[in-house]
Amino acid sequence: MKRLIGCALLVVMSCVVSAKTIHKERSIYRNIVINETNKKRCMRFETRRKSISNQACMDLREPDRLVFEYAHSVMSGLAYNADPKRILIIGLGGGSLPRAFEKVLPNTEIVSVEIDPAVVKLAKRYFFYQENDRIKTSVKDGRVYIKRALRTEQKFDWIILDAFNGDYIPEHLLTVEFLNETKQLLTPKGLLSANTFNSSRLYDYESVTYQKAFGELQILKSPTKGNRVIFACNCENEAPKFTYDDALHKRLAPLGVDLKSLLPLINGNSDWDTTVPVLTDQYSPANLLNQ
Amino acid sequence: MKKATILSLAFCAGFSIMCFELLGGKLLAPYFGSSVYVWGSIITVFMLALSIGYLIGGKFSLFAPSVFRYGLIYIAAAIAIVPTIFFSEQVMDAVFEVLEDPRYGSLMASTLMFLVPTVIMGMIAPYSVRILTESKNSSGQTAGFLYFVSTLGSAIGTIVTSFYFVLWFSINQILWLTFSIMFVAGLIALAVHFLDSSEQAIEAEAV
Repeated sequence: MKRLIGCALLVVMSCVVSAKTIHKERSIYRNIVINETNKKRCMRFETRRKSISNQACMDLREPDRLVFEYAHSVMSGLAYNADPKRILIIGLGGGSLPRAFEKVLPNTEIVSVEIDPAVVKLAKRYFFYQENDRIKTSVKDGRVYIKRALRTEQKFDWIILDAFNGDYIPEHLLTVEFLNETKQLLTPKGLLSANTFNSSRLYDYESVTYQKAFGELQILKSPTKGNRVIFACNCENEAPKFTYDDALHKRLAPLGVDLKSLLPLINGNSDWDTTVPVLTDQYSPANLLNQ
Repeated sequence: MKKATILSLAFCAGFSIMCFELLGGKLLAPYFGSSVYVWGSIITVFMLALSIGYLIGGKFSLFAPSVFRYGLIYIAAAIAIVPTIFFSEQVMDAVFEVLEDPRYGSLMASTLMFLVPTVIMGMIAPYSVRILTESKNSSGQTAGFLYFVSTLGSAIGTIVTSFYFVLWFSINQILWLTFSIMFVAGLIALAVHFLDSSEQAIEAEAV
């Protein structure tokens, strides 16, 4: 027993020793820290909470692999539409999603919107994120970007909402009005994916809000971490349908994404309390509900 | 009695100002985001409006100061809040169309929506001092106590709105609540004025 504890201690200590902060920065929104542990580089936002949430991680030995489970879930959206022309990502993080799309979709334009200029800078410096004629970044509030894009009548085939993993929830990105604007920005049959909360009272509120805006939802809860990704489409009362394709499975394999085992996890079951009120611009206490 | 009433009304005004200011952030977020510059715009407009309000309120107190007029300021402030309830979306839509930069957009929208009601609310503090002051010697103490009460009202308005109201009510419901507080405060001031003058009339008759 003692030896076991000693062993465990050693393991823990070696982890502590090899965890190295390589960069620390105070942006106008938060403190950002870049850590490296056992060849894994992560971006995290320093918070007062005990549970540390990494914003982005990259395996330095295999930088193309998607580390986060929820990112794997998001990628399975390609089984709905394997050839989107334009993708919009709200929330850049380390830029792992746009990088993954760049690898597997050679002709797609990928626009990422990030509110914090420091995050964009660090994604470029530490996470191999690069802009070019089809990989674009806009430093803006997500809602402002979407409202502007609607005025200029832009359309996207796939919109990914990934702005909800920080300590503070942007409440105006979690209302039915925002989701309706997002829906309007989608092409007919366009796909929406959102990385969402899976604990706290907010789960029910958020779920009914997505349901109100999009009608039918498809849910993918990742097997180990339990992250939930919501899929919905700009369709007439129809949930998006995902079809397995062997060629796509092979295309995604280098990213570490196992499409074959992910797709069976997608289902339309609603396991939330549907009696809670929908979140609106008038009523959006998301941060208070998330305690 | 009159003094206590004026002080509690000033408390209500302080409460309403911060209640209104906090909702400003919630109102602007769907159009301009919730970034630090949006709060910068809101606070700038509120501070500017209050400074103008202090100036006008002080001037206004020079001409036949009365609790009647004091009550009218509350009622005017209450009425000035109403357009925000009905037209905020139209105003922000129009501003969003014209100004691309969310910094100036939020500044412009805050000015259009919050400047007038806040100027009127700012008039209350100096006018209260005028009504409460009995002698030159005690004027500093009167002003100090008044600021204590109204700023305490602001502190409580801030915490109650951000901790509880946003969880219990919609934004427009809270705005109507602010309207009601100011409107009822105005009516109370008017009532105090008429009670006071009828009392004085009785006293005059008795003499």
